[in-house]
Amino acid sequence: MKKQEAKSLRAFAIELAIYSVLVTVYFFLVLHLLGEWLYHLETQHRYMYALVALLLIAGQAVALDAVTTLLFRLLRGRWR
Amino acid sequence: MFFPISNTHISPIYLAVVGFVIGILGGFFGVGGSFIAGPALRLMGVDWNYAVGTDLAHIVGKSIVAAKQHRALGNVDLKLGLIMALGTIGGAECGAQLIQALKRTGHVNTVVSYVAILVYSGIAAFMLWESQKTLRTDKRRSASVKGADSKKDRSAFSPVTRSIQRLKVWPMITLPISGIKISLWTILLVAFVGGLFSGFLGGGAGYIRMPSMVYVLGVPTHLAVGTDLFEIVISASYGTITHAIKGNVDILIALVMHTGAVIGAQIGVVATQYFTGPKIRLAFVPLPLIGAGIVIYTLVTGHKL
Repeated sequence: MKKQEAKSLRAFAIELAIYSVLVTVYFFLVLHLLGEWLYHLETQHRYMYALVALLLIAGQAVALDAVTTLLFRLLRGRWR
Repeated sequence: MFFPISNTHISPIYLAVVGFVIGILGGFFGVGGSFIAGPALRLMGVDWNYAVGTDLAHIVGKSIVAAKQHRALGNVDLKLGLIMALGTIGGAECGAQLIQALKRTGHVNTVVSYVAILVYSGIAAFMLWESQKTLRTDKRRSASVKGADSKKDRSAFSPVTRSIQRLKVWPMITLPISGIKISLWTILLVAFVGGLFSGFLGGGAGYIRMPSMVYVLGVPTHLAVGTDLFEIVISASYGTITHAIKGNVDILIALVMHTGAVIGAQIGVVATQYFTGPKIRLAFVPLPLIGAGIVIYTLVTGHKL
């Protein structure tokens, strides 16, 4: 049981490390590129901005959830 | 990192860590965590209007992940969630109107602060009493009853809940997933009150909706957590749209916060599997007390966190 817990913890730590790298890349690439466009949209087209904001956060939720689930499956399979 | 929409400089790591903490709370308790997110953003110099609107946008993303995970575990009653969303939106609008009326009288901060302290402390005290009483009864019961029946989600408030369920006000709704039959008006009233507090005190008001679902509607705790999250997705989406139109949402901050919340929410959801209903409710007690503490601090010192 303890051995299994240790494996699970190790898989989680690796998942967290990979995820951190992915998120850092995401910060600097995607947000940097989107920043100016979103700022312009917020000041000029408020209704469009509201819709885009909702789609972005929902889209990110689905995408990141898929990434973490995939990482989880891959690592759990590898360490089993 | 500079966020041009709200005109603030905030470390993305700080935002991700705040999101992570709120994600765990959300996944485990089914709450939005606005009582932490709002002050955490304010601490970094984000204006209150942006803190409130951005928090709602972040709640949408976090709740989608947590609700999806809970659905996989069979903890979401879609029918109940959809009905509740209607009542919540109506209540949130009334709460916002109440705030506007109080603004005109000039007593908004004092009234909202006292109501918040009263509500938060009341919920914490009631849940502490109920969960401890249930745990004590369960201990005695498990000594005499063995098997699955001893692990059923019980509540010391059950007699009152059953009386509410027996109110036959047409139309009656059957919720097979939650295992209850109850009047549509009771569900709408519970959701409306939750929405009212959401519009009045800010945030998703999960601290009042989740306990209400357990004690008033009689929904099992695990299902209440999952269904509340599903319902929050709908009501917070509505809130995000209205706040974004009013210029109160910095979506870039919300996106960064959400990266931490994704991991946190997954941990929180998995953790619910290891706790029984009364233990989750007992662990919930400090949350509204933290909210009350923040309000008392702002009242005493005059500082807005």
